[in-house]
Amino acid sequence: MAKVSMTVNGKPVTADIDPRTLLVQFIREHLHLTGTHVGCDTSQCGACTVHMDGVAVKSCTTLAVTADGANITTIEGLAHGAQLHPMQEAFRENHGLQCGFCTPGMIMSAVDIVNRKGANLDEHTIRHELEGNICRCTGYHNIVKAIGDGARAMGAQKHAAE
Amino acid sequence: MTATGIGAPVRRKEDFRFITGAGRYVDDINRPGQAYAYFLRSPHAHATINKIDTTEAMKSPGVVAIFTGADIEADKVGGLICGWAIFNKDGSPMRAGAHPALAIGKVRYVGDHVAVVIADTLAQARDAAEKIDVDYGVLSAAADVTTARKAGAPTIHDVAPDNQVYDWHLGDKAATDAAFAAAKHVTKLDIVNNRLVPNPMEPRAAVGEYDIGSDSLTLYTTSQNPHVARLVLSAFIGLAPENKFRVIAPDVGGGFGSKIFIYAEETVCVWAARKVRRAVKWTSDRTEAFLSDAHGRDHVTHAELATDANGKITAVRVSTKANMGAYLSTFASSVPTYLYAPLLSGQYNIPAIYAEVEAVYTNTAPVDAYRGAGRPEATYVIERLVEVAARELNVDPAEFRRRNFVTAFPHQTPVIMAYDAGDYDASLTKAQQMHDVAGFAARKAASASKGKLRGLGYSAYIEACGIAPSAAVGSLGAGVGLWESAEVRVNPIGTVEILTGSHSHGQGHETTFAQLVSGRLGIPIENVSIVHGDTDKVQMGMGTYGSRSGAVGMSAIVKALDKIEAKAKKVAAHVLEAAEGDIEFKNGKFTVKGTDKEADFGSIALQAYIAHKFNGQELEPGLKESAFWDPTNFTFPAGVHICELEIDPATGVVTIDRWTAVDDFGNVINPMIVEGQVHGGIAQGVGQALFEGAVYDSDGQLITASFMDYTMPRAQDLPSYNVGMTITACPSNPLGIKGCGEAGAIASPPAVINAITNALGHENITMPATPEKVWKAAQASAQKMAAE
Amino acid sequence: MYSFTHHAASSVADAVKSVGEGKYLAGGHTLIPTMKQRLAQPGHLVDLNKVAELKGISDNGSVLTIKAMSRHAEVASSDVVKKAIPGLAALAGGIGDPQVRHRGTIGGSVANNDPVADYPAACLALGATIVTDRRRIKADDFFQGLFTTALEDNELITAFEFPHADKFAYAKFRNPASLYALVGVAVAKRGSDVRVAVTGAGSDGVFRWTDAEAKLASNFSASALDGLKASASGLNGDIHGSAEYRAHLIGVMAKRAAAAA
Repeated sequence: MAKVSMTVNGKPVTADIDPRTLLVQFIREHLHLTGTHVGCDTSQCGACTVHMDGVAVKSCTTLAVTADGANITTIEGLAHGAQLHPMQEAFRENHGLQCGFCTPGMIMSAVDIVNRKGANLDEHTIRHELEGNICRCTGYHNIVKAIGDGARAMGAQKHAAE
Repeated sequence: MTATGIGAPVRRKEDFRFITGAGRYVDDINRPGQAYAYFLRSPHAHATINKIDTTEAMKSPGVVAIFTGADIEADKVGGLICGWAIFNKDGSPMRAGAHPALAIGKVRYVGDHVAVVIADTLAQARDAAEKIDVDYGVLSAAADVTTARKAGAPTIHDVAPDNQVYDWHLGDKAATDAAFAAAKHVTKLDIVNNRLVPNPMEPRAAVGEYDIGSDSLTLYTTSQNPHVARLVLSAFIGLAPENKFRVIAPDVGGGFGSKIFIYAEETVCVWAARKVRRAVKWTSDRTEAFLSDAHGRDHVTHAELATDANGKITAVRVSTKANMGAYLSTFASSVPTYLYAPLLSGQYNIPAIYAEVEAVYTNTAPVDAYRGAGRPEATYVIERLVEVAARELNVDPAEFRRRNFVTAFPHQTPVIMAYDAGDYDASLTKAQQMHDVAGFAARKAASASKGKLRGLGYSAYIEACGIAPSAAVGSLGAGVGLWESAEVRVNPIGTVEILTGSHSHGQGHETTFAQLVSGRLGIPIENVSIVHGDTDKVQMGMGTYGSRSGAVGMSAIVKALDKIEAKAKKVAAHVLEAAEGDIEFKNGKFTVKGTDKEADFGSIALQAYIAHKFNGQELEPGLKESAFWDPTNFTFPAGVHICELEIDPATGVVTIDRWTAVDDFGNVINPMIVEGQVHGGIAQGVGQALFEGAVYDSDGQLITASFMDYTMPRAQDLPSYNVGMTITACPSNPLGIKGCGEAGAIASPPAVINAITNALGHENITMPATPEKVWKAAQASAQKMAAE
Repeated sequence: MYSFTHHAASSVADAVKSVGEGKYLAGGHTLIPTMKQRLAQPGHLVDLNKVAELKGISDNGSVLTIKAMSRHAEVASSDVVKKAIPGLAALAGGIGDPQVRHRGTIGGSVANNDPVADYPAACLALGATIVTDRRRIKADDFFQGLFTTALEDNELITAFEFPHADKFAYAKFRNPASLYALVGVAVAKRGSDVRVAVTGAGSDGVFRWTDAEAKLASNFSASALDGLKASASGLNGDIHGSAEYRAHLIGVMAKRAAAAA
């Protein structure tokens, strides 16, 4: 067993775990945060995307022990209480989801894209930056729209805060 | 139209939980004391099982039990079934081999279920499975239909020594042959409809649970139709009677057909839960999904189209070999027969059609319905034939289609279907305008100046959905009726629960069904809850597939709402002290004709339960009604898709530049959701045309067993879509709905291939049109052009 | 995964001392998927993610040094890399997808000599030096065939030294499913010396295309490669591309790299 400590959605957590526990297993099975999903075994689909120290990573390809000391944000940590994150709002407003399974990973990637590329994203950039996330339902059309809108809303929110 | 009623683009009620990570999928469910199942799968495509030795594995840490097929057989539990009987040309029944949940004596494909290990943790179950010693006698394999039908091919099931499942036909052969003999021109094509893996993003999962006190089973499963699962597991497999068996399909992460079927894993989990007296959980990983989810398509077809001197189609003749895989999955037999050949008339007036279909066992995963199920295969055949015929006759492909469109309704085709309503020319004309087809020549020239090849392709599809009139499908061999049920429960303060047998796994029923109710009863949409996916809550239902939830499921709700309104009017008559015939109901208010007396829906609901004014037996208290709706016809959505693309001849890379879809889905409940269904369908169809293909090698090993090798379309592979609609209301259901779930996947593959062949100037390309294939085809074009 | 023990190394010396029969864990984006499929069974993992001395990017005006635990995203966005060898930043920005680039490292990518990895082509074309805990290895000597390198059993890559070039670019044709390189070609020019390195295509891993080097040495332009065909012998063939198609793509990608350099 190995001891890990990390901060997840702002809360410190510590546990003794089997070293072979993946970060996604730790999040889902130990912390019971089941919003982060597993859609493949080979790091393609991105359903397991979380933020680790501020950047998007695939939690199915990261050991929990490697995340020791890290600051993790999952989909459950994105909203401020009842106040949805602008990217969550944008996915709902633009019908950017159908079955909802890829959605948490999509939203976490989308926020990461805005963090890296800014609030004014063209369609080509969004499509290219989504290469680590697979959706089978939407054909991506409305996801791309949602991310463009969500990015603008994030930019406006940041501007208002400054 | 009200803000939340029919026709409004209401934002989805279900989204809050999905965007906050609060959805509840099967793998999110954990039961007290739960153990984990791991399935030992066959590494061989075809082998006898001489012996299974579990001695060492049983000693492995954490193991609770290990079961094999013999254990299930000893419990008198039946095998998996195929629920649709198909008959051969000579009238004899199809040859259905036994399909045990865990293999008995033989394995028939890579991934077939050999044994299940149940342990305290998944890792322990997997560790133990590696210690099971299986003595296989490896047999030669037949991984494709041609090999399987050759003389001397290995026999996969003893009931079908030559691997033929059935030899079926439809249509008038003599009339068709005569039309071909008299034809001015005959177009011939050899077509492969490539094998696909459905790949909903949520892998299948199951949790089986046994309650000793009530001697009852509960199964949480990733199903599109939990009631059908319970029916099959109870009535045919015999796990428990229905009153002792609850099936729950909670949030389900996409299905596309693959979660219709009753699979070995869920059967074994719930059976084993009773054996080990613990909840048993199994979650597929993606590799298992590739190996053992039912695949789709996989047809090899020769097709011919006859035209007369006026360029009118006189006949179509089709011969198809359909790969069924190693076992007949739940509805497999119906897909290449009654869901396929009746659609070969397309949107066209074709006097004679004859189709023959040979279904074949192979040593591959079972093949069953995948988004569109038979109709994409038929559409690909007819839309490639029509396109190539037009080119051969030197007629504009759009004009050739127009010349042959069905224009008068109802229209009886020679292959079962009676088209009830449509305006095919309207869709084509609108699509051409939206797409700016007139500007294509200039765009093609601009591409050419950059060294790129540009092409434009049409697909004018029709499908039959709203599946289906029970009497009709019963006469064609279905083992069940295909009605739907609904129950409307009005609570005392006027909120409403709708219980439906339809199942939502991405379609947005919680919103669209609530729109119907909100509009009809004049109550806020927040006051309507949709309950589905639990056999203990909803009495019975047939589930969601075949674009049926709107046309069939919502029609059942309408029928129940009619009864609610009738009963509520009786209540209102008592409350408002008026004759029942004078009560009118509009915008959520009951009024008395010619007076200013009124009562809103909520107050009448309350009075229905207070019941002070009902005078004993005259009127029953309460406000709750249920209904079953059995459709009188299929519905016939149709439309035109136009694909325009650019090819880089240096690499063969195809870039879709613009996509226009104009669909006639009849009346639309929520245009936002309908457009979303079209987008997703197009993406899957483009996936089939350009990227996806399940490939087995000659030994029956699946080469494309992960996303490393099976190309899933990504955002950067696809364009934004230009989606429009025309509307002719469907006359056979009260809402005039046709269905939209599969249209995109049905329409799009031929549009892509017609565009590629248009760009290349020759027809020689197969799906998926990968860069290498397109590069080779582009070279052939260049050589042809150089020679001319 | 099979079970294993885990040690978070604090320094290079600690890592080398404690690895024993085990394996080093860098970004994990090759190793962990392999372990999940139970195709690798290391009994012990030495985790390099907390080793500070394996991180950092610097440049002395003629040589760019990238420490082994630099993530692909760090290389892609590094102003130092963009100024010194911009094509190398572009290469790093095209590896995998954004999430993979946030975790994957240059050291992990090269140590494995995966035939479909991108960095080996850059190392070979640029004539990089691979620095380990005990020695310096020229890229020419480092790559020794499929998944095989000059590294000794517990030897740990600590840094990469890339001498600047006059021109450098990398062009890749991706496997559409995995996004790895189906064919990747790196082209570097330093004075009259031109190197062309090919990844993704060769059944023995990365290799140099000397015919193209000769053509580009006399005329460094895409058109210099007109009519030149790579040989298909020794190339991989699979459902995504036959050896013949890969050979063709080598020519196309080499031209695109030469044009971009």
